[in-house]
Amino acid sequence: MKKELKFVVNGESYDLWVEPKTLLVQVLRDELGLKGTKWCCDSGSCCACAVILDGKVVKSCSILALQANGKEVLTIEGLANGTELHPIQQAFIDNWAFQCGFCTSGQIMATKALLAENPKPTREEIQLAMDGHLCRCTGYNMINEAIQDAAERLQTQKAQEGAK
Amino acid sequence: MSEYSIIGKPTTNVDGAAKVTGEAEYTFDMTLPNMLYGKLLRSPHPHARIVSIDTSEALKLPGVKAVITGKDTPGGKYGLWRRFSELSDQEALATTKVRFIGDPVAAIAATSEDIAEEALDLIQVEYEPLPAVFEPLEAIKDDAPLVHEDFENNINATRHIEWGNVDEAFKKADYVREDRFNLLGQHPAPMEVHSSVASYDKGSGRLTVWSSTQSPYFLQLGLADALKMREGNIRVIKPHVGGGFGGKNSTMPDSVNAAVLSMKTGRPVKIVFSREEEFTTTEHRTSMHLAIKIGLKKDGTLLAKEVKIITDGGAYTGLGATTLYLAGTWITFPYKTPSYRYDGFRTYTNKMWASSVRGFGATSALYASETQLDRAARDLGMDPLEIRRKNAMTPGYEAPGQYKVESCGLLPCIEKMEQRVKQKWSKLSKDEGIGFAAFAYMSGGIFNWIDTPYAFSGAMVKVNIDGTVDLFTQASDIGQGTNTVNVMICAEELGIGIEDIRLHPADTATTLTDLGAWGSRETLMNGNAVKAAAAEIKNKLIEVARLKLGENIVYDLDAKDKRIYLALRPERGFSYYDVVKDAIKGNDGEPLVGIGHYTPHRKGMVSPAFAMGIMGIRAKVDRETGQVEVKEVIAVHDCGQTINPLGARGQVEGSIQMGLGFGLCEDLPTENGLILNPSFVDYKLVRTREMPQIELFDVPTYDPEGPYGAKEAAEATTAPTAPALANAICNAVGVEFDSNVLKLEKVFKALKEKEAKEKGKRRR
Repeated sequence: MKKELKFVVNGESYDLWVEPKTLLVQVLRDELGLKGTKWCCDSGSCCACAVILDGKVVKSCSILALQANGKEVLTIEGLANGTELHPIQQAFIDNWAFQCGFCTSGQIMATKALLAENPKPTREEIQLAMDGHLCRCTGYNMINEAIQDAAERLQTQKAQEGAK
Repeated sequence: MSEYSIIGKPTTNVDGAAKVTGEAEYTFDMTLPNMLYGKLLRSPHPHARIVSIDTSEALKLPGVKAVITGKDTPGGKYGLWRRFSELSDQEALATTKVRFIGDPVAAIAATSEDIAEEALDLIQVEYEPLPAVFEPLEAIKDDAPLVHEDFENNINATRHIEWGNVDEAFKKADYVREDRFNLLGQHPAPMEVHSSVASYDKGSGRLTVWSSTQSPYFLQLGLADALKMREGNIRVIKPHVGGGFGGKNSTMPDSVNAAVLSMKTGRPVKIVFSREEEFTTTEHRTSMHLAIKIGLKKDGTLLAKEVKIITDGGAYTGLGATTLYLAGTWITFPYKTPSYRYDGFRTYTNKMWASSVRGFGATSALYASETQLDRAARDLGMDPLEIRRKNAMTPGYEAPGQYKVESCGLLPCIEKMEQRVKQKWSKLSKDEGIGFAAFAYMSGGIFNWIDTPYAFSGAMVKVNIDGTVDLFTQASDIGQGTNTVNVMICAEELGIGIEDIRLHPADTATTLTDLGAWGSRETLMNGNAVKAAAAEIKNKLIEVARLKLGENIVYDLDAKDKRIYLALRPERGFSYYDVVKDAIKGNDGEPLVGIGHYTPHRKGMVSPAFAMGIMGIRAKVDRETGQVEVKEVIAVHDCGQTINPLGARGQVEGSIQMGLGFGLCEDLPTENGLILNPSFVDYKLVRTREMPQIELFDVPTYDPEGPYGAKEAAEATTAPTAPALANAICNAVGVEFDSNVLKLEKVFKALKEKEAKEKGKRRR
C-alpha cells in the first residue's frame, strides 16, 4: 500500500504517494525526473547515486524513499545557482575531473558534503572521504585535484563575502 | 613554441557543463512516450540443447505485451567479423542450443521492469544439458564437446605471423630463454551498463535505436544483419555513454531484442542490463596461455622471438579474433625484432565470450614480454633500462610485411625516464622496488573485418552566415574526450574559437560513417576527417579573401584567430566573419559545406602511427602479508603532437587505473562456466586510496600521418602498468610471476616458496 512522502528536493516541496519498497533513487529519477543522480551497481557499492540528505551524503540506492520523509534532499540538479555553476562543478570542469561522467554527480555531491565538514582537506583526507566512489575513467587523481581546487575556490569565495 | 592557437592548449570538455549538472542524458536515463521495458531470460546451463520453450503463462501476466523466443526473431546471424560469414556467430536469441551461462533464450516486453522481471519466472524452458568445455587446452582435444558444430577442435580463429629466419637466429643467439604465462582476463566494468532503446515505425518500416555503444556504425550493421533489414532503414544514435573500454563494440542482446520487441509491439522498448548481467554476459578481456622464447646476443641485442598463444575465447567471436592478431603483434613492440614467428589460436569455450578491452591484446602480451625481458636482463647482468634502450625502435623501423613505425620518440622517452628516476628514486626504503616496462600502441587499426565500403572516418562542416559552425561527425565520445578533440581540430583549422562550433555527434542518419571508438582511432582517423572537412571550407574562404585583397597568387593566406590574412603581412586581411558573409552572399547563397574523410593507405597491416613510451613504478611489498602498495608512477609517452593535454593526461591516468587492476586485483574466476564475482562488492576495482600519484612527461614528436602530427593517447599506458609493477615487485623482494592479478595471497605464496627454496639451498 502506498504511503505519503512529504519532502523537499532542491528547495521544492513535494507531496507524493509511494510504495514502501521504493528506493529514494527511484523516486528521484522516475517520479521527479531528476536523472542526474545515477543508479549503477545494484549492490550499494559504487556511490554513483550519492545525494545529500539533511546535509549528509547518502547512497540514494540504499535508503527507502520514505526515510527521506520530512527531510531535505539536494541532488546534482540543485547545486548550480541558476545558470551559474557551483564552484565545485566549475573545479570539476577545469581539472578534467570526469570523462564519461556517469559517476560524476555522486562525486560532486560527496565533495559538497566533504567540504562542508572539512573545508581544507588534505589529499589523504579526500581519499578517505571519497573511497567508496568508484570511477572507471579518471584514475581518481584528477578528481582529487578538483576537490582541492574546489576547496580553495570556496575559501576564496567565503573570504570575499566576509570582506563585503 | 607552438604556432597553434588551440591545438596543444589545455581545453576543458565541450560536454563539461552537461556532465557536472546532471543534464547529460545517457541511454540508461532515456524514456520515450508509451515505452515498454524489456528483460531477457538467460540460460542457466553452460551448454544445452533447447528442447522446448513455453511462453503462454508469461503472456497471461497483466502488463506483459510481448514474449519472444529465437523463432520469433528475423533469425539473422551477426558479428563484427562480417568479412568472414562463418564468424558471424551470434543470434538475437538462441534457437537450437545455448553456449554459455547467460545465453539469452527469450525476451519480454512489459509496461514496467518489475512486471517484465516477474514474467521471466513464468517462462518454461526445457533444456537437454550437453557436455561443456571451459578451458582452451581442453577445448582443442579431439574428444572435446563442440561449442559450434562447424568448428573443428573448437578453433575459432588462428593467426600466423613470421618474418626473418627465426631458426637460424636462435642458433646464433648467445642467450635463449623460454617462459610460459597464464594471463587472466579482466572486465571493462563501465559505470553505465549496456542499455538500449529501440523504436520501430510501422508506417515507414524504419527503426531508431539509442544505445550505449562505442560504435554506432557497428551497431547499425549488427542490427541490419540480425534483423535482415537494409542498414539505411536503421538509425543508431549514441547519447552520452558511461564508459566502454572495449566492452561495447559488439551488437549485444539488449539492442537486438529491444528492436525485435519494438517491431512486435509497435511501441518503443528499453532494455537495460543489471550489473550482474553486465559482469556475466558482456564482453571482457580474454584470458590466455602464452609461451614466449627469445634469443639475445651477450650484449642484450634481440635476435629472435617466437610466441605461441592460445586464448580462451568463450562462446562467440566478438573482436576476439582481432585480439588474437594484436597480441601477436604487440608482443614484438616496442623493440627491433629481426626475426619473429607467431602462432595464435582462439578457442571457443562454454563461457561468456572475450573480446576487445583497453589495450586490445597489448595488455596481456606485454605482461609476458616485459617481465621476461627483465629476467633476461638480470641473467645478462644488464640494467633494465639499458636492455630496453639497446633494442628500442627508432623512427622508420619496419617489420617486413607487417608495420612501419614513422615517428618514434622511444629513445628520448627512455632517456627522460632514466634522468627522472635518478632524481627521484635513487634511495629506496626497505622492501621497496622499482620496475619498468616500455610500450607502444596503435592510433587506430588498419583492419576491415567489418567489411565497410566507406572511408574509415568522415566529417562534415557547415558554416552559417554568422560564422557559427555545425560540425557533424560519427566519432564516438564514450568519455575519452573525442568530442572536445574534434571541436579543437575544427576550430584550429578554421582559425576560429571553440565557442563558434556546435557539434552534432554520433548519429548514423546525419553523420558520415566512422568506425567508432576502439583501437585509439578517433584522434588520428576522425581527427583527419574533421581537419579535411574544415580545410575545404578554409580553402574556399581563403579564395574569397584573396579576391577581395586582389593579391598576386604567389602570396599565401592564413586563417587564424578569427582572421584571414596574408601570411607574410598579417596586418593585411579580413575578419573571418566578414569573409564568411562574402563567401555565401557572393556565391548565389551556395551552402558553405565541407566534407572530409580518411582511410589509411600504404601504412602496412596494423596502424598508420604508433604511440611510444616507458613506464616506471615504485612499489613496496609487505613481506608479512604479501600486500603490494603502489607508491608512485612515472609515465613518459610520445603521443605525437598532443591535441588536448588535459584530455591526454586523463587518458593516461585512467588507463593506469585499469592496468593496475589487471596487475593487482581484477579477475573473473569461474566455476563450471559460472562467473563467481559479478558485482562491485566482489569484483575489485582500484579505488582512490589505492591509486598512486602519477608523474607524466610528454616527449613530443610529429607524425606525418596524424592531424597536426597527433598520435594516440588513450590506451597505450594500460599495457605497461602491470608488467612494470611485477618488475618492481621482483626488484623489491625477488619473486617472479607467470601470471597477473598479484593479490596478496599470490605474492605471499611466492615469498614463502622463495624462502623455502633458499633454506633448502643452505641445508645442502
